Amino acid sequence: MEIPAIVGAGLVVIGAGIGIGRIGGSAMEAIARQPEATNKIQTAMLIAAALIEGIGFAALFAV
Amino acid sequence: MQCRSALLTKKINYFCTKFRNVIRQVIMQFTRALFFLAVLVLSQPVLLNASGHAEHAADSIQNTPIEHSHSEGHEAMTMKEEIKAHISHHLQDSYGFHLFTDTETNTHYGFPLPVILIDNGLQIFSSSKFHHGESVAESNGNYYTLYHGKIYKTDESGFMPMHDGHVHNEKPLDFSITKNVFSIMVLSFLLVLLFMGAAKSYKKSLVPTGTARFLEPLVIFVRDEIAIPNIGEKHYKKFMSYLLTVFFFIWFVNLFGLTPLGINVTNSISVTFALAIMTFIITQVSGKAEYWKHIFWMPGVPVPMKILLAPIELLGIFIKPFALLIRLYANITAGHVVLMSLIGLMFIFHSWIGSSLSFALAVSLSLLELLVAALQAYIFTMLTALYFGSAVAEHEHH
Amino acid sequence: MEKLIEQFSVGLFFWQTILFLILLFILKKYAWKPILDSVSERENTIRESLDSAENAKKELAELQSKNENLIAEAKIERDALLKEARELKDKIVGEAKGEAKEEADKIVQAAHAAIEAEKASAIAEMKTEMASLSISIAEKIIRKELSSDDKQKSLANELVADIKLN
Repeated sequence: MEIPAIVGAGLVVIGAGIGIGRIGGSAMEAIARQPEATNKIQTAMLIAAALIEGIGFAALFAV
Repeated sequence: MQCRSALLTKKINYFCTKFRNVIRQVIMQFTRALFFLAVLVLSQPVLLNASGHAEHAADSIQNTPIEHSHSEGHEAMTMKEEIKAHISHHLQDSYGFHLFTDTETNTHYGFPLPVILIDNGLQIFSSSKFHHGESVAESNGNYYTLYHGKIYKTDESGFMPMHDGHVHNEKPLDFSITKNVFSIMVLSFLLVLLFMGAAKSYKKSLVPTGTARFLEPLVIFVRDEIAIPNIGEKHYKKFMSYLLTVFFFIWFVNLFGLTPLGINVTNSISVTFALAIMTFIITQVSGKAEYWKHIFWMPGVPVPMKILLAPIELLGIFIKPFALLIRLYANITAGHVVLMSLIGLMFIFHSWIGSSLSFALAVSLSLLELLVAALQAYIFTMLTALYFGSAVAEHEHH
Repeated sequence: MEKLIEQFSVGLFFWQTILFLILLFILKKYAWKPILDSVSERENTIRESLDSAENAKKELAELQSKNENLIAEAKIERDALLKEARELKDKIVGEAKGEAKEEADKIVQAAHAAIEAEKASAIAEMKTEMASLSISIAEKIIRKELSSDDKQKSLANELVADIKLN
């Protein structure tokens, strides 16, 4: 039985989702611990999330 | 326990004061956008089911009542198919500014836009010649037909040979002022008006008045939160114009995409591609020796790693803007599709509970889309700034 | 991916690039430059005003401390002056007192001397007066006593009687 490519893409998206979720959660914790560093944490969070998102898109559009 | 809760209150207070300004700004944005939202939510149903009321509202708009293109089998179209067609039509660019269709009288409301083709010289004619895909347009002895939103070369009879479901007619080079191009023009004009007005208010005094008072925090936000932290105090100035233009352009286009005008500029890949390629070119042009060194000969790693990293880094140059263009395109497209599907569901459910539920969902999603509109503009600008920053960075380590 | 490429429209790309570049140019010239310049100018103005306010505050404080110093100095000076004046006064008064006393003593002495002299002269005068008086009295008495020959003979006798021959 052949697994359709879209399933692989789905798996990648799940992985990306987990990754972005973890980044967001960790950022929240970091902000709660150090509210004065919010801006820096937010920037770093968005950059990391954007990079993972890129992988997700690559998977989706490679199908 | 007492001590701990006191600490928590203190922390919450700190948070509140720290973010009060941000929250105020967000609320301001939301109230301003609420108008769009109200129009959006109230008008989309009118657009979709094309009821008789719309006719009165559209009296002021120049209308071109033309026969429907897909007349064959149109009556058989179910509500679901109609919604699906509407959504897929919305996601596509079109040659006329189509506002809505009255299905009962089968008339389209909107206005045609010029078609510009490069085919045996410049061919310019109004898109009304296509009669919404119904008839073959003739220009200087050349014949063109509209098929699935694209222009193909054909003959007088509109002959379209099909091979395995694909049309093999020649496609002329198309530089038409399509709906998206027209929208970009109008929105650019609006942006220029808005910001020139804002700039004018600074001539009188350094304290902003009018629109400038609303726009200035955003400009300062782009400068202080996007440009300076990512590019650095030293080099940020020369990129400011591009960053500000990109930010406001994307934000505006996204916001207007939420209005019932049906503008969908940022969910066409060509637009995001154009934006991303500009970022790409500026990054490469302003790339300093340090930047290229980090790509081709990464300092601080052993030689085999250097050889291994070079192609990856080189690939990264192209992947970065690619991710940029796909991100914007995918986010906005997904938002539009989901929002329109939810609005479509209101008519499919035909029940009090289901329709009001999807209505509530559509409202909350519209709110979310307002956030996404700003967020995508912010992320695009921020990543652009980040790439610029890496291009001009002078690494002081080692 | 094919769908994406299929969706790509050269015309839209062309127009987007051209329009965006025009927008960028116009906004750069007529909006971003004036806005950013004004904003940074305002920031500079605010910074300068704050600095100058801070400077003014410092100057004021300096002035105040200077004033205080001046006042303190003046106070000390005044106190010294007062002290000096008091001393001078005391000295003058003391001197005056001494002088006066001396003068008074001198006067008293002179008076005493005068009184002594007067007294001496008066006594001398009295003595002469008394001498002359007694002489005159004696003359008178003698005249009377020696007015007759008898008497002169008795006296001579007496005197002769007195004279004792050793």
